[in-house]
Amino acid sequence: MKSTLTAQRYIPRMLAILFVTLLAALTMATFSVSSAHADEVGTEFEFTISGNVQFDGEALDGVAIAVDGNGYQADTVTDAEGRWAIGVPEKGTYEVTLDEDTLPEGVVVAEGGNVIDTEFGLTDRKSVNFFLGEGTRNTVSFFDQFVNRFFNGLNFGLLLALAAIGVSLIFGTTGLSNFAHAELITFGALMTLVFSVTLGLPVWLAILIAIALSGALGYSLDAVLWKPLRRKGVAVIPLMIVSIGLSLALRYLYQYFFGGSTSQLPGAGMADLKFGPISLSPIDLASMGISIVVLLAVAYFLLRTRIGKATRAVSDNPSLASASGIDVDNVIRIVWVVGAALAGLSGVLWAYFRPGVSWDMGFQMLLLVFAAVTLGGLGTAFGALVGSLIVGLFVELSTLWLPSDMKIVGALVILILVLLFRPQGILGRKERIG
Amino acid sequence: MDWGAIFNNAAVELISPTTAAYALAALGLAVHFGYTGLLNFGQAGFMALGAYGYAISILTFGFPVWGAFLVGVGASVVFALILGIPTLRLRADYLAIVTIAAAEIVRLLFTTNTFASVTGSANGLSGYKNEFAALNPLADGTYGFGPFTNNAYDTWLRIVAWSIVILAALLVWQIMRSPWGRVIKGIREDEDAVRALGKNVYAYKMQSLIFGGVLGTIAGMIFALPRAVVPSNYQTTLTFFIYAILLLGGAATVLGPIIGSMIFWVLLSFFSGFIARAVEAGWLPFMTAIQGGQLRFILVGVAIMLIVIFRPQGIFGNKKELAFVR
Repeated sequence: MKSTLTAQRYIPRMLAILFVTLLAALTMATFSVSSAHADEVGTEFEFTISGNVQFDGEALDGVAIAVDGNGYQADTVTDAEGRWAIGVPEKGTYEVTLDEDTLPEGVVVAEGGNVIDTEFGLTDRKSVNFFLGEGTRNTVSFFDQFVNRFFNGLNFGLLLALAAIGVSLIFGTTGLSNFAHAELITFGALMTLVFSVTLGLPVWLAILIAIALSGALGYSLDAVLWKPLRRKGVAVIPLMIVSIGLSLALRYLYQYFFGGSTSQLPGAGMADLKFGPISLSPIDLASMGISIVVLLAVAYFLLRTRIGKATRAVSDNPSLASASGIDVDNVIRIVWVVGAALAGLSGVLWAYFRPGVSWDMGFQMLLLVFAAVTLGGLGTAFGALVGSLIVGLFVELSTLWLPSDMKIVGALVILILVLLFRPQGILGRKERIG
Repeated sequence: MDWGAIFNNAAVELISPTTAAYALAALGLAVHFGYTGLLNFGQAGFMALGAYGYAISILTFGFPVWGAFLVGVGASVVFALILGIPTLRLRADYLAIVTIAAAEIVRLLFTTNTFASVTGSANGLSGYKNEFAALNPLADGTYGFGPFTNNAYDTWLRIVAWSIVILAALLVWQIMRSPWGRVIKGIREDEDAVRALGKNVYAYKMQSLIFGGVLGTIAGMIFALPRAVVPSNYQTTLTFFIYAILLLGGAATVLGPIIGSMIFWVLLSFFSGFIARAVEAGWLPFMTAIQGGQLRFILVGVAIMLIVIFRPQGIFGNKKELAFVR
């Protein structure tokens, strides 16, 4: 009896004690949180990413930080001491973003960019710090951005044209949509890498050797593969599938020998020169100059020389050309050599434009090349030039409005729209479309 | 060298859901390419639409399995219409370029960070399997024998996947014997002759594109169920692999894509396993394990070339029924 009584009396007291302790713990918890990290989020998780945003030893208040990764997203702002912390549910790789718009005037993220990929080590806490510096944020006017992108687009369009003319000439003379052209592009860049970086030759010599080797590759592909297939009378569509198989095999052959990494050619990443709003590196200028000279030379070749005229004749009507005494096989051989050499040059310029040499760089560009060729009209060399310039400009200019990881989408959508309204392409003739 | 493990891993591929998915996608491609003569290089796009349509419907909208299935199928019908309207009047290679471009557009739209909240951007999506697993009538435990032993979920997935493949194969077989199928094959042989008979070639081609595309979409869903949906799985290489399977089995056949897929995956698994262990055992000192992995892609590429050049009708095909007589 007595024991129950004491028990009854005890319960409320114990409850009271419990309550008070809880309250104290809670207030202390809130107190400690508010004092240390004004904006700690995700405290329920055991892993924390934290940092301290300071500039010249002075804490920056109210800078927005966001964490994203492993299907988890959170954001916070720094407190008066510039500190921030975000709890995350699991160890892994997270992307930490500092919103540059919330930095005070005159302060920017100096190096490493405002997005940092971070990965947990052995501990449960990971600190991430941004390097801030003095400077003005890129608040370039729309017109200046437009002009800058325009020149970038022009540069890209010109190097695209070098590859596209080859695709177009090969299509025109043999009817083959050559998917392996992507690998001819990569070949030029890889050979330049081998001769300049690995063997230590001067860049200009390496590029010349690479172009010569590309031409030789084009010659041997025609001699070993395409000519026998033509002799065998294999139709156009199986030829195209063969080129796809060849593309796949060559692409992974490159990866087999060169690995999956990206390497830089010598001189890549040279500082930009400023021409008013336009900032172009000397490499960009040289690239554009080389492209224009080579394209003019190709135009001269096609319009003025005997063999160029023969090429256009074969492109127009192979049987008629053959009947009028043109050596069609010879023309096709020359087209392969020229097309492959141009693709090799295009690959070198593409390696500087991207920048970097990698095993699948040509394949990344292939669809844009096809888009350019189709836009201009399949089988017309000058159509390929026009189409390339349009695609190049469009890809670069569209980044003014589209996120940059979608710039290729714009060009491909244009391709489909053009086929809807003018299927023969801009310079193509109607009879070609079938 | 552990030959048992190599053969075991290769045998697992014989009835794996991935093999079923490739078989179904190749069957869709057989409808396009083998029977109709349409050069669809965007099968990876159809598969991506199926996988994402299913996953997004369940994760974002909380649809039931059948609803998510219908969303995927609906998306691929719309995709086929968008592809077909500009290109089916044009020559075959235009369709090839447009379909490959459209498949890349689909993949890039799923990869971009702009829609990351729905598509998961480059990380992709996962965690959509519970709804499908909830339909599983099998009790917990293991089923099957030897290399084909699986838990209840995997057995259920295999049963559903291969039932769909068999149903689709029967459907394609029947439909290609029907009057509709005869017109479709007629289009492959001579479009103008069929047009002269008063058939609306454009409409038939469009129906074929939609039919094969829907098969590809369902294949995409099967492909997504044993793994996560990641956009880099749906690159053009996927389409080329499916072409390799189709050409191996025979383009204008029903059994070709299915047996082709089995042969393809068993051989590929056997080859990878053999190379990996041979490298480990030091038999191939000039090669690293990573290079061994790349060797199989080189081999697929070479196989595509050799098949097209030397046996264009594939294993089961009839030389008279070639998609590329032109």
